[in-house]
Amino acid sequence: MKKFAVVAAMATAFLGSTAYAAELEVTHWWTSAGEAAAIAEFAKVFEEETGNTWVDSALAGSGTGANPVIISRIIGGNPMGATQMNTGRDAEELIQAGLMRDLTDIVADLDIDSFYVDQELLEPCRYEGGLYCLPINIHSWDWLWLSTAAYEKIGQPVPTNWNEYVASWPALEEAGILPFALGTGWPINGIPGVLMAGIGGTDLVMQVNRDKNADAVRGPEFRKVAEAMDMLRSVVSPETMVPSFGDAGNQLLSGDAAGNIHGDWLQGDLQIAGGVPGEDYECLPALGLGTQLTGGGDSFYFPVLPEGTDPAVIEAQEQLARILISPEAQLKFNLVKGSMPIRTDIDLSGANACMTKALALLDNGLLPSGDFSLSSDTQKQLEDLNLEFIADDNISVDDYVERYATIIDQAD
Amino acid sequence: MADIATQSDQVAGDSSRPGPFRRLFLHNLSAKIAAIPMVATVLIIFVGCTIWTVYYSFTNSRLLPRNDFVGFDQYERLFATSRWNVSITNLLLYGSMSLVLTLTLGFLLAVLMDQKVRFESAFRTIMLYPFALSFIVTGLVWQWIMNPTLGLQGTMRGLGWAGFTFDWISNPRMVLFALLIAGLWQGVGFCMILMLAGLRGVDEEIWKAARVDGIPTWRTYISVVLPMMRGVLVTAVVIIGSGIVRLYDLVVALTNGGPGISSEVPAKYVYDYMFGGGNIGQGLAASTMMLLTVLIIMVPWAYLEFGGKGRRS
Amino acid sequence: MSQTATMSGAPASAPVPEAGPRGPKPKPFFTPKRIIIYTTLVFFSLYFLFPLYIMVVTSMKTMPEIRFGNIFALPSALNFDAWGRAWTSACTGLTCNGLSPGFWNSVKITIPSTIVSIFIAAVNGYALVNWRFKGSEIFFSILIFGSFIPYQVMLYPLVMITREMGIFGTLPAVILIHTIFGMPILTLLFRNYFASLPQELFKAARVDGAGFWRIFFEIMLPMSLPIFVVALILQVTGIWNDFLFGVVFAGTQNLPMTVQLNNIVNSAQGTPEYNVNMAATVLTGLVPLIIYFVSGKLFVRGVAAGAVKG
Repeated sequence: MKKFAVVAAMATAFLGSTAYAAELEVTHWWTSAGEAAAIAEFAKVFEEETGNTWVDSALAGSGTGANPVIISRIIGGNPMGATQMNTGRDAEELIQAGLMRDLTDIVADLDIDSFYVDQELLEPCRYEGGLYCLPINIHSWDWLWLSTAAYEKIGQPVPTNWNEYVASWPALEEAGILPFALGTGWPINGIPGVLMAGIGGTDLVMQVNRDKNADAVRGPEFRKVAEAMDMLRSVVSPETMVPSFGDAGNQLLSGDAAGNIHGDWLQGDLQIAGGVPGEDYECLPALGLGTQLTGGGDSFYFPVLPEGTDPAVIEAQEQLARILISPEAQLKFNLVKGSMPIRTDIDLSGANACMTKALALLDNGLLPSGDFSLSSDTQKQLEDLNLEFIADDNISVDDYVERYATIIDQAD
Repeated sequence: MADIATQSDQVAGDSSRPGPFRRLFLHNLSAKIAAIPMVATVLIIFVGCTIWTVYYSFTNSRLLPRNDFVGFDQYERLFATSRWNVSITNLLLYGSMSLVLTLTLGFLLAVLMDQKVRFESAFRTIMLYPFALSFIVTGLVWQWIMNPTLGLQGTMRGLGWAGFTFDWISNPRMVLFALLIAGLWQGVGFCMILMLAGLRGVDEEIWKAARVDGIPTWRTYISVVLPMMRGVLVTAVVIIGSGIVRLYDLVVALTNGGPGISSEVPAKYVYDYMFGGGNIGQGLAASTMMLLTVLIIMVPWAYLEFGGKGRRS
Repeated sequence: MSQTATMSGAPASAPVPEAGPRGPKPKPFFTPKRIIIYTTLVFFSLYFLFPLYIMVVTSMKTMPEIRFGNIFALPSALNFDAWGRAWTSACTGLTCNGLSPGFWNSVKITIPSTIVSIFIAAVNGYALVNWRFKGSEIFFSILIFGSFIPYQVMLYPLVMITREMGIFGTLPAVILIHTIFGMPILTLLFRNYFASLPQELFKAARVDGAGFWRIFFEIMLPMSLPIFVVALILQVTGIWNDFLFGVVFAGTQNLPMTVQLNNIVNSAQGTPEYNVNMAATVLTGLVPLIIYFVSGKLFVRGVAAGAVKG
């Protein structure tokens, strides 16, 4: 299988040719304002410390749109120097096929076991004794974001948990405020997982995401999740959906919408737009109900470059790998992105109110999120189901549960 | 075409009879070398790739193809998947409406154009120009026109027509009509050109005879001319039909499958699972079903053409 | 071969609908029938023209004009700001260089793809007509039939083939793909055209001892200018308008204009700028539109022949 990468020697022509300052192409799907500012921090540190050039290939369409491009380029023998992907199983076959570089020796002297927050994070990177990726942050979907402005308008205190939030919907609607903001496409996909962790509890998350237990889906706890999805459906319609999750964030800041469930990376966008946590928006981890967050994250992968590649580029890969997990880059990146660093030994006094809440919950351990423990195939099926459910009132809660169960049942 | 073939056979056959080896390899050597790209395309791409796809649709290949056979599992999952079933239903609904309307409007416009109209060339230019544009451009323009707040609907409401509703791209029940209105805009002109060519290929004597018999013009078109245009009609059906099966760009640009999954189509399912879901087996099974659909359109046509010709000569 | 003869024969070799109307004799202009005919034609013309009008006027408006005015309204002034932004600074994902890189990528894809595909198809057509060999017609039949196979069926194997060739994600890959999928219709076009040429010239050259390539370059090519123009129009518009092959095969550095246009409009962050979106749409449609309006009847001939391509 290694041959794939080797045969494609032609591609090297595109990947930098000067012997000393190499150009390293890095692909990622961090295109929202907050995400873009965060990845720029990595690029800055990389360029300053190594003198190499970071060639930025941002891919539109987030995980569902960008993943295929990244994967097909690696499979197609036209690999980039480094790429971001979700921590989890999206790249497992690429690792098995020998298309990714083994980083064991590169980070051997860094003793990564000593500082990684959670060894579980490294699990997807390990294969037959090798280490094929480096998780660079922990992100969590489990956030309910609430608009201070919206609740001022209706003269109510900002809710402190999901139940209070749901109870405030009628008043919001009466005031012409959208109770729930939602971007079109993939953002719906994280919501059931958040509801599972917040409403269903730790056991449910473990049974569904880790054990792929379809009976758990058919049980009473998941039913509450499905009913919550049904409630969301009643206040969301295609006309009110916005093009991207960043736009949903802006609706919160302006007070046009009251709430949104989305991952912590939304915070990067809220910050860029001038939002201050506690003043312009509130954040409720685990919906204000649970004590543990589900987590996944992003990892960097370094594809095996074709034979004949400039050694400087290969060295640049190694340099980048070490920089990404260095304390300096970790701190800068995660503060901007709004995610949690993977190192335990970083001074996070600069963290804002929301991140501090997250760090407190992190001590209780992380639950495996869907994008962490399910294959991309299963995730895609669930995304289709969620998209269909939210847009079509004819699908009953029972149907939803049963179809969710079937997908989990077939998941591997 | 047949006589030309014979002619060139004679030309080629001028030299003395070659042996079997020479006949197979050396005879017309330059021509054979020149035809390598074509032969390779046919054998490797059209035949080889198709067989490969059908073959691997019976495996559980994920991100990379592998020889792990699972029988009809991929197909079972395919037809148990709501999105696939929605995609097929959409294709059938959109396809039948699009086919009927394209043909009807194409024929109607061709008949109108055939009435010695002034500015015929201007009309033709206007009707055909959308065909020069890509489906992406088509989809994006109509997406803007159908924008609920700032597009046609918003404008009409702003002008005082409060009940005016044109929310097709955000209404799951109407979204197929949104696709249809854009698809027809792009394709009707082309069908009209084909039909007009067909109409003008009809012998003037037919018209004279019909006039002598006192048959009204519209009846002549329907019951005399139309049946005579069988060749053009069949061509149009096959072309429009195979275009419909491929429907992809327009959906991506106009609705991206939404709202929800209400405007999904098979070609998009194939792409999304093959590249996005990392499930090649599933994508290949879906594309094999697309192939089957095309065969269902093509085989009767090929049969009609071959069979029909055989009977005639 | 009869099916191809019917399909192509009609539109390709002959009648551009120019031959003159066959309807009933002209009558006084304002009969009820005439009025109905013209009303219907004008109505449909409006349907066809409406999006072009909307596209162009929207692209010249300012955002406040769009938000507070109506979609039909003319722009307050001839204002090409949005065009400039669409060309140089609209964002496709993170990079905000506008459509111009996509335009040049499309140029880089279209020119070689057009040349290579037409040359190969011309040789094919010539070999099929004048140098038939055993099985040549069978190959041709499969080629034509193959043009109806949905691209999705061959997509993944082609990814593997281009990978093995080491060209996946580069310009050569997308050129190869366009050559492959342009081959059926172009070959058909050239085959029919060469078949319609008088065979005496070919025979005479053979008698003089000229070989395959000499006859092709010295006799056939000079005679086939009209069909080259048709093929050129067909390929340039077809390749320019392609989306799927560009997405899959061109690679992230070479994404054609259609793909970047779709990214600008459908993956944009923040408040959508409809004037920039429409300007970008007009710009992307401009190349095929210019070809269409300049080439006129030849385009009609091209698409009629290109019918098979669908």
